[in-house]
Amino acid sequence: MCLAIPGQIVAFDAQQPMLAKVDVAGVKRNINIALLEDQEVALGDWVLIHVGFAMSKIGEAEAVEQLRMLRALGEDELAMEEVRGYTFAPEGASVRAGLG
Amino acid sequence: MKYVDEFRDPALVGAVAHEIARAADPQRHYRIMEVCGGHTHAIYRHGLKDVLPPNIELVHGPGCPVCVLPMGRVDDGLSIVDNSDVIMTAFGDMMRVPGTKGTPLEYKARGADVRMVYSPLDALRIAQANPSRHVYFFAIGFETTAPSTALTLMRAKALGVRNFSVFCNHVTIVPAIRAILDSPDMRLDGFVGPGHVSTVIGCRPYEFIAHNYRKPVVVSGFEPLDILESVLMILHQLAAGESKVENQYRRIVPWEGNLPALKAMTEVFELRPYFEWRGLGFISQSALRLSTAYASFDSEVQFEVPGVRVTDPKAAQCGEVLKGVLKPVQCKLFGKECNPEHPIGALMVSSEGACAAYYRYVHHGEPVSA
Repeated sequence: MCLAIPGQIVAFDAQQPMLAKVDVAGVKRNINIALLEDQEVALGDWVLIHVGFAMSKIGEAEAVEQLRMLRALGEDELAMEEVRGYTFAPEGASVRAGLG
Repeated sequence: MKYVDEFRDPALVGAVAHEIARAADPQRHYRIMEVCGGHTHAIYRHGLKDVLPPNIELVHGPGCPVCVLPMGRVDDGLSIVDNSDVIMTAFGDMMRVPGTKGTPLEYKARGADVRMVYSPLDALRIAQANPSRHVYFFAIGFETTAPSTALTLMRAKALGVRNFSVFCNHVTIVPAIRAILDSPDMRLDGFVGPGHVSTVIGCRPYEFIAHNYRKPVVVSGFEPLDILESVLMILHQLAAGESKVENQYRRIVPWEGNLPALKAMTEVFELRPYFEWRGLGFISQSALRLSTAYASFDSEVQFEVPGVRVTDPKAAQCGEVLKGVLKPVQCKLFGKECNPEHPIGALMVSSEGACAAYYRYVHHGEPVSA
């Protein structure tokens, strides 16, 4: 729950500006980016993800370091399990369900 | 330095360790509290104690959400799932926390509909997928997770979801630090401030610690080098007779925090007059509840919650460990009746709990001699 997981933004959803698709070590999921509403967020940006929400933007070097850190703490599998577990905005279905 | 090969830059770690040894007054014993459970985990995992001189003691703080939740609140939260047609949702950390009548997982094994979620938004989705049943989210966490609960509730309100509520146990870190500073058995020289909480609240809320209590605070990242650097910054302040708030984790933590997160929290939550913390007792204005505008989403308004108080098992000394008065191994139950397989206290449940981290990385699961 207290894990902060680094991910790279790879897509936006024009119909749901609160969502962005991130890539976390090859796993892609939609996350909520409402907490970054007062910052510019662009494709390719790295963010720290916490329980499905992007908490802050981070530099690429920092993101790589955070991933390494998760491995060093033995929490990388937990982090991937968490990212795979975000089901609130599945691709395609999210628009119909009106989720964000 | 058991884990030194895993450090990003062992030479740099060595250099900072050397600086720390130089900055520390050998005549003095330093007690520095790392507030956050994530730091506690990292400190044990990386064996940082072995890198520090023996007169610098790292004291583990209260920053582990499941650890500070008193058993009465666990019982209260679990009582709701006893109602028919109710689904309980919670983070994985919560699932193995014991209440009087078992853990959420044990409730599930006995037939209750208890589901683990990775995001509060997943709990809302379960509510939308089960319109004939009530879904509640057993919310725990400091300011790191509170904004996500707030945004989820704002979403639920905007969508007009009527079968969703939150059993709110969000707590705020600053009153807990103040309670520790006011505790007569606590003597601390400085604080390694929490990293992720500070991305939300910023650094300003810690200023009273520096100004009123004259203790240095350094908000820190989670890498070994971050933590060592923060310790060094605290030592430098102490040597210069200073006490101020510094931000070692500038690459992530903005001084003013995350404004949209703070705004969402203000919209959805209000301060409880008081809240019970395991080990620390009742602390005024230390926890959040849903504001009246969100009363229809408040599990405590929608359901009869008994409001029980349960004293911890007498032999377990979670409170003393939580306050940093005792080391995990000094608890009478540590590694015996209380172990990660059969946790008696919550500090043995969460990976951020001091006892679980100590058991795993220092004690290596070996039996404790009497």
